[in-house]
Amino acid sequence: MEATQLVYDGSFEGFLSAIFLVFERKLTNVTIYPEHNQPPELFATKEIVITETHKADRVWKGLRKKNAGKNVYQLYYAFLSEKRGVENLLLDCIKYIFESETPVFKNYSNPSVLKIAQIAKMVGREKHRMEAFVRFKLTTDGIYFANITPDFNVLPLISKHFEKRYADQRWIIYDLERNYGLHYNLEFVEDIQLTLPENFNTSITSTDFFTEEEVAFENLWKDYFNSVNIASRKNKKLHERHVPKRYWKYLSEKQ
Amino acid sequence: MSFERVQEKLKILADAAKYDVSCSSSGSKRNNKNKGLGNATGMGICHSYTEDGRCVSLLKILLTNHCIYDCAYCVTRKSNDIKRAAFKVQEVVDLTIQFYRRNYIEGLFLSSGIFKNADYTMERLVAVAKKLRNEENFNGYIHLKSIPGASDELMREAGLYADRLSVNIEIPSKSGLKKLAPDKNFDDFIQPMNKVKNEIIQYQSEKKIIKSTPIYAPAGQSTQMIIGASGESDFQIMQTSNHFYKKYHLKRVYYSGYVPISYDNRLPKIGSEVPMLRENRLYQTDWLMRFYGFHVNEILNTQHQHLDLDIDPKLSWALRNLHEFPIDINTADKRMLARIPGVGMQSVHKIIHARRYRKLNWEHLKKIGITLNRARYFITCHSQEFERRDLTAENIKGLILQKGKSKYQTTLSNQLSLFD
Repeated sequence: MEATQLVYDGSFEGFLSAIFLVFERKLTNVTIYPEHNQPPELFATKEIVITETHKADRVWKGLRKKNAGKNVYQLYYAFLSEKRGVENLLLDCIKYIFESETPVFKNYSNPSVLKIAQIAKMVGREKHRMEAFVRFKLTTDGIYFANITPDFNVLPLISKHFEKRYADQRWIIYDLERNYGLHYNLEFVEDIQLTLPENFNTSITSTDFFTEEEVAFENLWKDYFNSVNIASRKNKKLHERHVPKRYWKYLSEKQ
Repeated sequence: MSFERVQEKLKILADAAKYDVSCSSSGSKRNNKNKGLGNATGMGICHSYTEDGRCVSLLKILLTNHCIYDCAYCVTRKSNDIKRAAFKVQEVVDLTIQFYRRNYIEGLFLSSGIFKNADYTMERLVAVAKKLRNEENFNGYIHLKSIPGASDELMREAGLYADRLSVNIEIPSKSGLKKLAPDKNFDDFIQPMNKVKNEIIQYQSEKKIIKSTPIYAPAGQSTQMIIGASGESDFQIMQTSNHFYKKYHLKRVYYSGYVPISYDNRLPKIGSEVPMLRENRLYQTDWLMRFYGFHVNEILNTQHQHLDLDIDPKLSWALRNLHEFPIDINTADKRMLARIPGVGMQSVHKIIHARRYRKLNWEHLKKIGITLNRARYFITCHSQEFERRDLTAENIKGLILQKGKSKYQTTLSNQLSLFD
């Protein structure tokens, strides 16, 4: 059978629409890629998938019906890892889930189930880290702003956490790597895209953009951080295990 | 707010609060329902870590380091010549809110030196919490210190605003307390702890009947003991700890290795090592007591008053009780599985789950993640291979120590040399 390459728009809905297509046409020799990351495939028919919400919904509901409970979110978490080829791993896994009579989300002896669980765990860790390491700065127009560059696309996962927690202040968390962000406007959270000013430095708190108070509070926090350290118990190794160096750029106290 | 003044106070009063180890921010149930600030539900978050590897989750400060007491082990003791400072109630409220809004912290941990008297101090701590809850609509985590000797009425009020209350008994024995803090009374520590315990029980039972009953100290109570300041044995320390867990339903007892801060000759000299390894062994014992089904007397008793430093307390128990082993991984009950050295509670659950599908062999056990270097002398599994030699406890200990390398190696050789 001829190989088919499905190309979707990069969204989770788009991906689920592609899955729908696989089952609808009973495609067996098929691979799925996002449009921004397609490999050159010489001997395959390339086909663009149209994202359709109702089809995506049907796939999602179908998965939930498979006695999955919360486990179904593992698939979403793994999808957000944006790892190269994760779509095809997910496809394997979803096929296996639909084919089985009994719930198989925890059957780690199946290699694709195990792999998905491992990736989902990595994404979950990154989510938790971002909930901890996001640092807001108050801009001159009264918005609490934070920029991040997470390893995975975790913004959709942390949205609820911050919405519940900071219900009375406007805030933006911006993913510089993926060039989009979350904006909470005191009513709800929306996705936004910003063009940051030329002279905006993401690691320096300049009073061109942030309030004078902001600099003062950052200093207070730094002082606090230094004062709570007990020098005679210094344990550099443990410190770096908890806060790996690649996260220091978010943390004003580590600058 | 004047940043310069607050900055200086913050340096002094955070520095003085750092010896309190508790930094837990979990276990509360405070939902943000009214578009307020903060949401403390269940899971704690560590927002940063200091260079000593401890987590920073709360703004941990003293309201003041003025104190009428002269406890030898404490940096803020009356006779110590240090800079003194005091926050105003509003300053603490502002700092908490501003730090919280920037996602620096999960909430506030407020303690204090005792000025004037217990009630006067406690009143101010409660005032901070009350203001945060009622005026700022703050739903983050608040941990308040119960001041020894504070009145029942104040303690009742404190629990309505705080998520956790704690009173540090600091010295694990009455005699030690008498020696190091002669003007403090042991019963003064117990009184607020007891009051809070009773209130928690009462509020919980009322909540079952009337749903709108407010939550009272949802994250419970904790306490802390200083280790290595007053000469208690590990046996005494864990007895005390066990007593507090049982009698006052504490969520946690913290053990804090004494950091020398004084030239007082009743205490270890400045410059002597912080007993971090001993602290670690005590925490391990604490876990064995709370999660592994051990009774404290099995690990520490009149014959064994001190924990081994070179091996963990579970291994040490197993070596004294070789007649209980070997254990068959595929048939043993949960209680015995939890007693195998090198097998943690997570592994116990995994073993129980996995052995429903197949008999487990060494390969499976390795994948599950148990530490075979320790466990292999104590178990059999679905395999022809197992330890056949008739080894004595000494032999086993030697073999284990030979193979494994403790992360405390350097500390260990340092601490052991003390007894040479």
